[in-house]
Amino acid sequence: MQDGQQAPLLKAEGITHNFGALRACDDISLEVFPGEVLCIAGESGSGKTTLLKVLSGRLAPSAGRVTCRSDDGLAHDLYALDESARRQLMRSQWGIVEQNPRDGLRMGVSAGANVGERLMALGQRNYGGLRATALDWLGKVEIDGERVDDLPQTFSGGMQQRLQIARNLVTGPRLVFMDEPTGGLDVSVQARLLDLLGGLVAQLDLAAIIVTHDLAVARLLAHRLVIMRHGEIVEAGLTDQLLDDPQHAYTQLLVSSVLQA
Amino acid sequence: MMADGTAETARPDSGYNFAYLDEQTKRMIRRAILKALAIPGHQVPFGSREMPLPYGWGTGGIQVTASVLGPDDRLKVIDQGADDTTNAVNIRRFFARTANVATTERTQEASLIQTRHRIPETQLQEGQILVYQVPIPEPLRWLEPRESETRKMHALSEYGIMHVRLYEDIAQWGRIANSYDYPVQVNGRYIARPSPIPKFDNPKMDMNPAIQLFGAGREKRIYAIPPYTKVKSLDFEDHPFDVETWDEPCALCSARNSYLDEIVTDDRGTRMFVCSDSDYCGQRRDAGHRGHQAPPAGLLGQTGGKENR
Repeated sequence: MQDGQQAPLLKAEGITHNFGALRACDDISLEVFPGEVLCIAGESGSGKTTLLKVLSGRLAPSAGRVTCRSDDGLAHDLYALDESARRQLMRSQWGIVEQNPRDGLRMGVSAGANVGERLMALGQRNYGGLRATALDWLGKVEIDGERVDDLPQTFSGGMQQRLQIARNLVTGPRLVFMDEPTGGLDVSVQARLLDLLGGLVAQLDLAAIIVTHDLAVARLLAHRLVIMRHGEIVEAGLTDQLLDDPQHAYTQLLVSSVLQA
Repeated sequence: MMADGTAETARPDSGYNFAYLDEQTKRMIRRAILKALAIPGHQVPFGSREMPLPYGWGTGGIQVTASVLGPDDRLKVIDQGADDTTNAVNIRRFFARTANVATTERTQEASLIQTRHRIPETQLQEGQILVYQVPIPEPLRWLEPRESETRKMHALSEYGIMHVRLYEDIAQWGRIANSYDYPVQVNGRYIARPSPIPKFDNPKMDMNPAIQLFGAGREKRIYAIPPYTKVKSLDFEDHPFDVETWDEPCALCSARNSYLDEIVTDDRGTRMFVCSDSDYCGQRRDAGHRGHQAPPAGLLGQTGGKENR
């Protein structure tokens, strides 16, 4: 929200989603502006991941509207678009980083091919160019260029997660969705990954929506924070303000449960 | 009644409908073929029938052949380029018996050619039909296991992953190592598998005057390439598509422009390279071309190219 004049990149209005009798998201509205990092925090089962899936075009909500703005400045109603246009939009404008890198990577092909896949999908047909880009991106996410031909299976968890980030950012998306990007990593690796992410987000002027249950992640990366509970937003605001002076009882509980090291 | 008049005898069998399949089935398959021709390279599902030969032996090709075969057709069947291999002999005899059609080994004389693993060296003509036996029709199969997803990828032309496979080859081997069943883009739209023909034959598919039909029996799919359709083999700008070459010509007919099989002739590593297309090789020898290992004239007997009714 650095620039109040800009139109939001993504806007959700009244998102509600039911799984049978269970209401996973209840009338949620939010906006994300260019260059802004928004964190969605909350306990397990609070509907964070469902909300992220709805926002990223992978799950049609029971009710509500998601509007997104593409490069050309046009606003699209995400679920009114036909599927080919939606997939085209997702492929060219967005990146999606999965919680488990095995879901987001192609485990059977080399790291270089993983990074190059989206470029090839967009029509790049020069092997030398693809390889140079792959090496460049491996460098940016701090993976040794010598491992460009190795399978992701041979990578550590942190490296797989960084490779997944490179694979998503290679086409220069404007908005990246991340579901628990640091889940399952030990703390020192987490710290490095967060450091890297923070750098990339600032450097590339990316907008990001990050789902996490870890308030430290929110503190480090997010400009704005949304706290969810039982499918509803209980509190939203600037990260520091919200974490230093929580108003809602649940947020106070959440903030006070973090151990101060 | 077979071409070379040897052990094969094929008396017409009166107990079956013309060309084995019943008329309703043939109509169903023809409808699938027409749709396939209208959307070049697109896989059309069809109700594949049990045929009196095992899956993998050409059940798809044989059903397509049965559906387009007419009493006036002249049929040629090849397997790995040769007319005298088991698969070819059996299928040819099958149609000689059930449809009482004329057969031939000469590519020029055939109106219908069923093939496994090769496209004849002789240039095909307008009016001819080439039927391929296809084991796996889906080019995305080993890259994307979900059928629902591969259909969506075809529908939306999301083909980036095909190049991932080629990229992997170059990264690993320094070149595109895939040498058969090399994926092609048909008419600038659908990606298709050309069946397990060597990539040497891929350029022959491009702008071919003949109709090319592909039948996959187990997978229940038919696809087609109409005459004079652009067929492009996938590649990279800096690693263009190329075909196999050999250091020596055919040992029997000295051809340098045909696909050669390597034949081991003893247990000491002696080998010879000969044309895989037996009809093409025989016609060249009949025309007087002689390779460096060709037997003296007359010893091989009369070579291919006879016909029978």
